[in-house]
Amino acid sequence: MTLADQPRTTFGNDDAKRVRADFPALDQEVNGHALVYLDSGATSQKPRAVLDVERHYYERQNAAVHRGAHTLAALATESYEQARHTVATFVGVDDDEIVWTSNATEAINLVAYGLSNASLGRGGPEADALRLTADSEIVITEGEHHSNLVPWQELAARTGATLRAIPLQDDGTLSLDDAERLVTDRTAIVAVTHVSNVTGVINPIAELVEIAHRHGALLLLDACQSAPHMPLDLHALDVDFAVFSGHKMLAPTGIGALYGRRALLNALPPFLTGGSMITTVTLEESGYLPAPQRFEAGTQRISQAIALAAATDYLGAIGMHDVAAWEHTLGERLLAGLLEIDGVRVLGPQTPEGRAGLVAFDLDGVHAHDVGQFLDDRGIAARVGHHCAQPLHRRFGVTASTRASTYVYNTFEDVDAFVDGVRDIRSFFGVV
Amino acid sequence: MASPELAGLYQQVILDHSKLRKGSGLVDGGVAESHQLNPTCGDEITLRLHLVEGSGSGLGSDSGNAGTAGDGTHGSASEPIIERLSWDGQGCSISMASASLLSELAPGLTPTELTERIALFREMMRSRGAGVEDDEPLGDAAVLESVSKYIARVKCAMLAWVAAEDTVQQVTAGRA
Repeated sequence: MTLADQPRTTFGNDDAKRVRADFPALDQEVNGHALVYLDSGATSQKPRAVLDVERHYYERQNAAVHRGAHTLAALATESYEQARHTVATFVGVDDDEIVWTSNATEAINLVAYGLSNASLGRGGPEADALRLTADSEIVITEGEHHSNLVPWQELAARTGATLRAIPLQDDGTLSLDDAERLVTDRTAIVAVTHVSNVTGVINPIAELVEIAHRHGALLLLDACQSAPHMPLDLHALDVDFAVFSGHKMLAPTGIGALYGRRALLNALPPFLTGGSMITTVTLEESGYLPAPQRFEAGTQRISQAIALAAATDYLGAIGMHDVAAWEHTLGERLLAGLLEIDGVRVLGPQTPEGRAGLVAFDLDGVHAHDVGQFLDDRGIAARVGHHCAQPLHRRFGVTASTRASTYVYNTFEDVDAFVDGVRDIRSFFGVV
Repeated sequence: MASPELAGLYQQVILDHSKLRKGSGLVDGGVAESHQLNPTCGDEITLRLHLVEGSGSGLGSDSGNAGTAGDGTHGSASEPIIERLSWDGQGCSISMASASLLSELAPGLTPTELTERIALFREMMRSRGAGVEDDEPLGDAAVLESVSKYIARVKCAMLAWVAAEDTVQQVTAGRA
């Protein structure tokens, strides 16, 4: 789904201000200025509704789930599994296809180590199809966040497989011709981000899925920057795995999710093992529960899962089409404002089409850290550094950049304050 | 407009040194080299230590009260003297200015004296704006005290000094 073919939203700046009022952390002064929070790509702020749900859980329900027979344990288990249903529905999949993890990074590692364990012969005949050998290839893109790169480097090192990267074009997009060239019958899995956290590029996932499946390869989607910001239907996209993090979508830290097609999850050997994921245990060996429990060893992140469901309820009540369209509007204004400033070099597409509501840029003559310091002095929170995407920055010939990333609670005033701030930076540092 | 705090952090001498980059450009030779990286932001530096034999006169006579005075008769050979630091690096204005100020400070000192000044600089950077009792031995680098209020930036200021400390330790270990 591209943003361009969505209907125009009626959601406007006044609606954003109303949403903003639901977020206590946004209502404060930083360094003598009203906080302008434009770092939601790193982590989002949390609405009162989410904070209240987590508090209520601890005040009224707190108990271990899937064990114990007392009333609180039953209530906690019910809330926990209801949360799974809510989140599964939010991304268009079935309940037992959602595995809770600590974050998206753990979810990717779960898949990588599951495949690794299959390659070692674990998981029995069901896992045969998931084995990697020295002839196998893993395909990623040059634009991946470290979390969708390093686990695959490690999997390649453990199995002898070869890691290949689809190069990026100068504007940060990837060419399907390159994908066609790199994805072959040797490819075991393609791991790709839905939306780049640096360039804002929305990748052509449906086309990549088609290419991967034509070669019998799996496709894992890093949905960290899409699940919080746009309507997502993972069944319709036909991906095999998808991961996202709660803290980037209005929920607390410590909770993320892995989506996997049911048959795949039930064939994948476990990653973390221990209590709660077993059937019969003897001193010699153990049997494992079906997914999702087989991947949820040990006491789980109960309050966080419930709070994540509250966050998706909150987003759902606004409507993800409106969220996406509003952020696109903000991103358009941000991009236009920044492109008018001397010395700004925007990383990624120079036009708003096919772009999410974030912009990363280099400011000629001023290091990103100094940019961030200047903005912080005005109460503006933006991300500076390599945004956990060093190869991508290398591709653009910079070591660090400054990024403003919007969310549904941001307003025109936020974007304008940011652009005004950036406009003043080079003269402060004496480079013009 | 920038606040007085920000103007205090980015004092003119810091901005000047961030552009001057004294010592920038690796020079052939040197007795030790260290590469330091700040992985959170990508700032990095490769720094070389260049020594000359200590002749008593030294290259600079301003090593002052730094503590080795009076040890002159000790040992078989007098300690060598730092001819210069040379470095290659990239990073924010604080890290580059700090490398430049260090490169201005080091020539003429003995490795022992530099080690003492690095310790003093570290103490200053950890002071959270309180400073140190006597920052005289740090010369112009004392201006970086303003950075100590910004704990996220202390690592930027320390980068070159950590590299220099590493080179001195390599030399000391080699001689031990």
